[in-house]
Amino acid sequence: MTEGAPTAPVCVLFVLALEKYMSVENPELLKTPLFSLHEELGAKMVPFAGYAMPVQYPLGVLGEHNHTRAAAGLFEVSHMGQVILKGTDVDKWLESLIPGDIIDLKENHIRYSMFTNEHGGILDDLMITKRKDDLFLVVNAACKAQDIAHMQKHLPDNITLTELTNRALVALQGPKAAEVLSRFAPNADKMDFMSYQEVQICGATCFISRSGYTGEDGHEISIPADKADEVCRALLNEEEVAAIGLGARDSLRLEAGLCLYGHDLTPDTTPIEASLLWSISKRRRAEGGFPGDKIILEQIAHKNHTKKRVGILPTGRAPAREGTVILNSEGMELGKITSGGYGPTYGGPVAMGYVKTEFATIDTEIFLDLRGKKRPAHVVKTPFVPQRYYRKNLK
Amino acid sequence: MTTYYSEEHEWVTIEGNNGTVGITNYAQNALGDIVFIEVPEVGSSHAKGDEVAVVESVKAASEIFALIGGEVTAINEALEEDPALVNAQAETDGWFYKVALSNVQELEGLMDADGYKAFIATLD
Repeated sequence: MTEGAPTAPVCVLFVLALEKYMSVENPELLKTPLFSLHEELGAKMVPFAGYAMPVQYPLGVLGEHNHTRAAAGLFEVSHMGQVILKGTDVDKWLESLIPGDIIDLKENHIRYSMFTNEHGGILDDLMITKRKDDLFLVVNAACKAQDIAHMQKHLPDNITLTELTNRALVALQGPKAAEVLSRFAPNADKMDFMSYQEVQICGATCFISRSGYTGEDGHEISIPADKADEVCRALLNEEEVAAIGLGARDSLRLEAGLCLYGHDLTPDTTPIEASLLWSISKRRRAEGGFPGDKIILEQIAHKNHTKKRVGILPTGRAPAREGTVILNSEGMELGKITSGGYGPTYGGPVAMGYVKTEFATIDTEIFLDLRGKKRPAHVVKTPFVPQRYYRKNLK
Repeated sequence: MTTYYSEEHEWVTIEGNNGTVGITNYAQNALGDIVFIEVPEVGSSHAKGDEVAVVESVKAASEIFALIGGEVTAINEALEEDPALVNAQAETDGWFYKVALSNVQELEGLMDADGYKAFIATLD
């Protein structure tokens, strides 16, 4: 979704100046319910989508990344939007704005989908939970105002939209995460991947979802704002848990092959071009009925899209950052890297980007223009690090 | 043997007409975990201010501009396999390259150790 560390090439002096400038003295920035906890933990705070957010703690990006893969990491993502939609036929109505299947989604289960525009381009990606009486949406921080306006514009009289501004959102991720959470919410570790329940933690009603943005097992936890500090201190008090910043969140999701909105997904990319066909069910492919359906369904049927998102493995050790131009052997431009960096668990540079569809086949040799040098790379399958989601039926 | 420092957080240790170049401990700390370093080729020449190296940390790519001009006579090959050496030993084993100075006068305007220490104190 929308987290990220700075990626553009900059000189050392500029990094230093930037960090000084970004030391969050800006009074315009919004503070999340965990702001003072982050400061207490020694976080480096940066402005992100209008909020002061922790990019890293004293452990550092690499250490935080590795800790999450080895044990459990706690991430604050309260800057993201939490929205409730309620009313008659709300499932059917939401389907008019997204290609995801909500009618057939089971109660207390979660689906990943995206808002599309009339050209089939992606306006935002989001998570939708079907609850007993309503739908619970989590949308990206940078897009939430636009998403809410978009929904309100199309909202019928019988459906209400409520933004939950009084709730914090955190993610507890890693191989030990479910075990830790089950100490506070019994049975949290028995939930299936992409399922939901309401639990009491420290006397607060929390919404827990077995999902995340790291490729690891774990939960996202929505907490009443006034209890967020207490709940997070309790979680951090468990020996397996460390606080993790947005820097490691970005390298974790990149290794897991997960898209970052605004980078890997934009209004100029369709779900098919973005290799997200799996998120559109058979029924929705047959029926359409969402913005840009004609274009998207035609891309599914005739594979007439000209670009496709692929995993890219640079040869050697030099990371290829966002914006790096992708070339064929003759030097013709094939597209650009949209996310790239060093994968600490993979142990080398990893990236994703868009190439012309005829170059999107796995193992195709491509080249990257790295500061004027043409360096070889290959199109590869993602994820770069195997996902370790909890699947009940496999146990 | 004298070491000079630049406001861009590089150091050069001078022995006769030859210099050994690296980035400072302050710089490595600000950059965070370093994962890749591109150093200039042996035999290549550059002028003061040219881009000579690239340091990639988990956070960002940073270009390194030459604090003195000259011809590169050696590179630190250990950095290819172990770029994190710069995090551990920025001002000793984590040197980048050695250079035969083209103009010793270029050292004027650089800081000595005390001057650099005072300079970074103004940054925090």
